[in-house]
Amino acid sequence: MRTAIALALVALIALPVAGAAAEPRASLIEIEKQVMCPVCGTLLQLAESPQAQREKAFIRRLIDEGRTEAQIKDALVTEYGDEVLALPQGSGFSLSAYLVPIVAFLVAAIALAVGVARWRRRGGRETPDPGPSDEDSKRLDADLARYDL
Amino acid sequence: MSVRSSIAVLAVLAVIGLLVYGLVSKGSSGVAVGDPVPSSPLPRLEGGGEGSLTEYRGSWVLVNFWASWCGPCKEEAPALERFQRRRESAKFTVLGIDSRDLSGDGREFVRRYGLSYPQLRDGDGAAAHAYGTTGVPENFLVDPAGRVRWLLRGPVDEEYLRDQVAPLLEGKS
Repeated sequence: MRTAIALALVALIALPVAGAAAEPRASLIEIEKQVMCPVCGTLLQLAESPQAQREKAFIRRLIDEGRTEAQIKDALVTEYGDEVLALPQGSGFSLSAYLVPIVAFLVAAIALAVGVARWRRRGGRETPDPGPSDEDSKRLDADLARYDL
Repeated sequence: MSVRSSIAVLAVLAVIGLLVYGLVSKGSSGVAVGDPVPSSPLPRLEGGGEGSLTEYRGSWVLVNFWASWCGPCKEEAPALERFQRRRESAKFTVLGIDSRDLSGDGREFVRRYGLSYPQLRDGDGAAAHAYGTTGVPENFLVDPAGRVRWLLRGPVDEEYLRDQVAPLLEGKS
């Protein structure tokens, strides 16, 4: 029993270490695609301004220190604020950037489904066209006879 | 009003609301001569804590937006420091605001140029946006009542400070 508990504890301790070891090394090329150059207003990947060069050097230094991608992005947010992230964070007000399109899509889909259902219901009850009345038919025949060559 | 009309009105209002929010949050006319200056607190570049322009109410303040990566900022920094040393008193200070810059780079800049005047940090550029700056450096002279008395959207030099700023501080203009 004691052995089993000891093994379970060792496994618990080893799990996070194994997870960290599995995490790939952060890459400047990958991070550049996910963050902005705040002065240029473009992706860092596309920016060559002096400020962008300093931002890239900062990222390189953190990579050399062994920081993960998430840690580097956090450090950039601390330096430049949330707007440095090319994609909004999935929390707080920024979450609306992800939720609003989903909600809009759902509302549109529901509206479309309701519209189609109504249209089909109306189509099912539709009666065949009764055609022109007797009076109209007589007038039509008379007109046709008048122009008949 | 039918349910369908109500939904349509709500949708239109939501779109208008989003447009207004976008305009309000992105657009800024900035400040002009005679306007009160924005004075939201900002973190200090060194030493921790926050500082604000309201601390200097009753004094003249030359607000200087700069960044360590900006070439003209390097050229004007020595002139600003000399002006500060000559004029330093309870009634005047230069106040540096390091904008959209790495804090480590900003601190290194202050050390390299021996800047003795107070420095705040505007990492996300919110203060620069509130002032309506279009880049760095930009300079705003704020009077003791907290209103802009003079501004220059570009670097200052010794001559500019002597001819444009000093007369205002001495009440000659």
